[in-house]
Amino acid sequence: MTAQIRKIAVNVEETHKEIGRPISPATRKAVAVAVIKNPFAGQYVEDLGDLMEIGAELGTFLGRKCVEALGISAREAESYGKSAMVGENGELEHAAAILHPKLGAPLRKEVEKGAALVPSSKKMGGPGQVLDVPLGHKDAAYVRSHFDGIEVRLNDAPRANEIMVAVAVTDSGRPIPRVGGLKAKDAVGEDGLR
Amino acid sequence: MSELSIRKTAYSVEDIFHEGGPKPLCSLRRGSAMAVIHNPFAGRYVEEIQWFMEDLKPLGLQMAEKLIALLGGPDQIEGYGKGAMIGEDGELEHGALWHAPGGYAMRQLIEPSNAIVPSTKKVVGIGGYLDVPITHINASYVRSHFDSIEVGLNDAPRKNELSFILVMSTGARIHNRAGGLAATDIEGKDGLR
Repeated sequence: MTAQIRKIAVNVEETHKEIGRPISPATRKAVAVAVIKNPFAGQYVEDLGDLMEIGAELGTFLGRKCVEALGISAREAESYGKSAMVGENGELEHAAAILHPKLGAPLRKEVEKGAALVPSSKKMGGPGQVLDVPLGHKDAAYVRSHFDGIEVRLNDAPRANEIMVAVAVTDSGRPIPRVGGLKAKDAVGEDGLR
Repeated sequence: MSELSIRKTAYSVEDIFHEGGPKPLCSLRRGSAMAVIHNPFAGRYVEEIQWFMEDLKPLGLQMAEKLIALLGGPDQIEGYGKGAMIGEDGELEHGALWHAPGGYAMRQLIEPSNAIVPSTKKVVGIGGYLDVPITHINASYVRSHFDSIEVGLNDAPRKNELSFILVMSTGARIHNRAGGLAATDIEGKDGLR
């Protein structure tokens, strides 16, 4: 099954100053969101395979949108995350079916490597509700400078029979990281953790 | 001397019995703990901030202990997460001070807990909400336990405050059937699978 997309949105956020100090180069985060028809709205469906296929498709589509919006090459991506918000005629499990079985592998192709778990969040929601997408380093989950998140909100989504699916990618960590922990430059990036 | 000044705490517990499908044998309980504290670094740039993590350790333990009790004891906890909201006179980096004291408080009290604690953070105005991610305590890839809880308070964080959050769940999502690694098949101690 192919996703029936009503709309997409891509946001890029740059931080040039933080607490009065210039950030150079600016830290940058992108989030791409697709509002799709929920094929299982209003009914209990046991087999969620169609949504898993939609997840695979959106992993590529939204991951690429983010990388393009940042104007970077795949290898310059540093952290990522994924989230979904299901309209009220759906079920929380629909978000899980989109996000977890098949979305990750194609997303990793778009950002090159991606040894680390893709951090995620999911919820039920209505139009105008906020979705917070967690962010973590793409190759080493313990890199402390890259723990972050980005908010996405669309005033008209998700409608009751829709699902809002978001992927976020950055080319940087937090603006002025200094709480210690594993540094990105010291990460091995093989086991996905350190 | 500790700089910790708590204005408010909030705890929330929800029980989920079904979500439209066949009613499971056990309901799912999820909960959150939030502390709203004064931000000692609000309004200016401070280079050395790591000392405040020491002040936060007892707060983390206190919140984790209370939340675990609300959810039925340490042996009932299967998922966890943490988050921070920073009032507008603060800096995103101040929220990152919660990683160690928040995460290790839960991991100290819940054993074993081999998995990294998922997290998110943001700068907000008063009334801001945060979707705090949840993953399995021993294996991050356990698909049934990926979840999140929305938290927020209408009057926090004020501009010179920090809201620090812990969340926990007692099991998998209701009707979980998205496949992947099952909690019963966790292999080793690497925290992932």
